[in-house]
Amino acid sequence: MVSVGKRKIAAPSPHPETEEYWRAAAAGRLLLKRCLACGEPHHYPRAICPFCLSADTTWIEASGRGRIYSYSTMGVAEAAYTLAYVTLEEGVTMLTNIVDCAECELRVGLQVKVVFEPCDGGQPVPMFAPA
Amino acid sequence: MHEVTLCICKLLYKISNWLVWRHGRSAISKGKAYIVGAYEHPTRRADTLSVARIHADVAKGALEDAGLSLGDIDGYFCAGDAPGLGAASMIEYLGLKVRHMDATDCGGSAPILHVAHAAQAIAMGKCDVALVTLGGRPRAAGASLALRAADGDAPELQFEAPYAPLTQNLYALVARRHMHEFGTSSEQLAWIKVAASHHAQHNVNAMLRRVVTVEEVVNSPLVADPLHRLDCCVISDGGGAVIVARGEIARSLDRPRVKIIGSGEAPKNAGAGKLDLSYSAAAFSGPIAFAEAGITPADIKYASIYDSFTITVLVQLEDLGFCPKGEGGRFVADGNLISGIGKLPFNTDGGGLCNNHPANRGGITKIIEAVRHLRAEAHPQVQVANCDLAIASGIGGALAARHVAATLILERD
Ligand SMILES: [Zn+2]
Repeated sequence: MVSVGKRKIAAPSPHPETEEYWRAAAAGRLLLKRCLACGEPHHYPRAICPFCLSADTTWIEASGRGRIYSYSTMGVAEAAYTLAYVTLEEGVTMLTNIVDCAECELRVGLQVKVVFEPCDGGQPVPMFAPA
Repeated sequence: MHEVTLCICKLLYKISNWLVWRHGRSAISKGKAYIVGAYEHPTRRADTLSVARIHADVAKGALEDAGLSLGDIDGYFCAGDAPGLGAASMIEYLGLKVRHMDATDCGGSAPILHVAHAAQAIAMGKCDVALVTLGGRPRAAGASLALRAADGDAPELQFEAPYAPLTQNLYALVARRHMHEFGTSSEQLAWIKVAASHHAQHNVNAMLRRVVTVEEVVNSPLVADPLHRLDCCVISDGGGAVIVARGEIARSLDRPRVKIIGSGEAPKNAGAGKLDLSYSAAAFSGPIAFAEAGITPADIKYASIYDSFTITVLVQLEDLGFCPKGEGGRFVADGNLISGIGKLPFNTDGGGLCNNHPANRGGITKIIEAVRHLRAEAHPQVQVANCDLAIASGIGGALAARHVAATLILERD
């Protein structure tokens, strides 16, 4: 199944509260936000915890391992890409793309690990490949 | 605050809570308002019509259907498909003089929510006759189903845009998960399209009038796997409008009365990472609407279910309680949604899948076809006999991400 997108990846425009996330991505690390008041991790990252509204949130590094929760491949040939939700080991599910899966069989539950793909402009963006 | 006052306040609060529990959450608006006018634009390709003109055409059509005139309208409702400054621009263009307005935008489900809000406004004395319009021309304009232009301040944008989520694959993610969790098949989803096409053959305005088979649906090209081309709604121009009025006014008109007896609205989203795609926001809007109406899904004779994609219908049918969670595939199979054949006639105008999806928003046409049934004005080949209770339910936004469900329960008076 073709799932390696050769499309141009849109560059993210960080806000002050998310710059750290993209700096870490550039260094090959996937960050999550965790609330020090209620203990819940969350994604996408906010300055204020969406579970208890505490401003006492901190960045944690995710293991980068997870499983495909759902996926859909769209487009043909070179333009094909796979949109997916991946549930990380930390219990957080994030929207992403599955890449480097030309020879593999995509399925719900497939173990994947984070990889960083350069977007238009060069900023590395976290995506997932078979583990 | 003095302690005595505080005590009285607490007592009043407890009494009001009991009333809400005893009589349903929005008892204040239940049965106070009626849909007295409805009109669907016949065009499916508006090369020579502006978006504002479409809104005006449908406003005029709904007023004529009701037997009311422009000056009777004192409340106006529209969503993001209205051009310019939304309600303000349309009020100016239409020449309306209103004392109440609401431009809540939640995508395609907005008109269903607007009818509920209009009923609430009428019950509160904020207006007597409310106009709800929807219109657009994405087909003539050559617009795709891509999500609307990115808002750089949207907090989710930078965590989504790099992955290229589109309307099609955001619904496909839900279909894939449903297949994984419940064993739902592409053939079962196809039955939803097949049923819609059986109805569309009788609608002279429908874009796709040819009856299709399960095999044709599953053999049509994949758009976003597992969804095929024929799992998707049409892209069409056009629009529709409804008029909601106070009971006294409804009774003064020479039209069958359609009473609003229940409504519900609910948002759902990715939950900051706690995601569950097995259900939609209709799992919340539905029970609220049924509780207010005091009826159950088994009482419903006709169902308008927003069909942006086949999976949208399947998930809503489960969430609204027409079948248990996970049983949607078996429920829709073998023509169960076809009028005259199955147990739950749905989208008898052909729905968004075959008839019309004006402005890429299917909410208004869902209300209009439900009204036709309750007035016994649907096409004779699809009209449900003795239709006294109908539902109109919709999902606006993206099913696998943020979306809003709105549900209306209507009764022939
Ligand atoms: Zn917290």
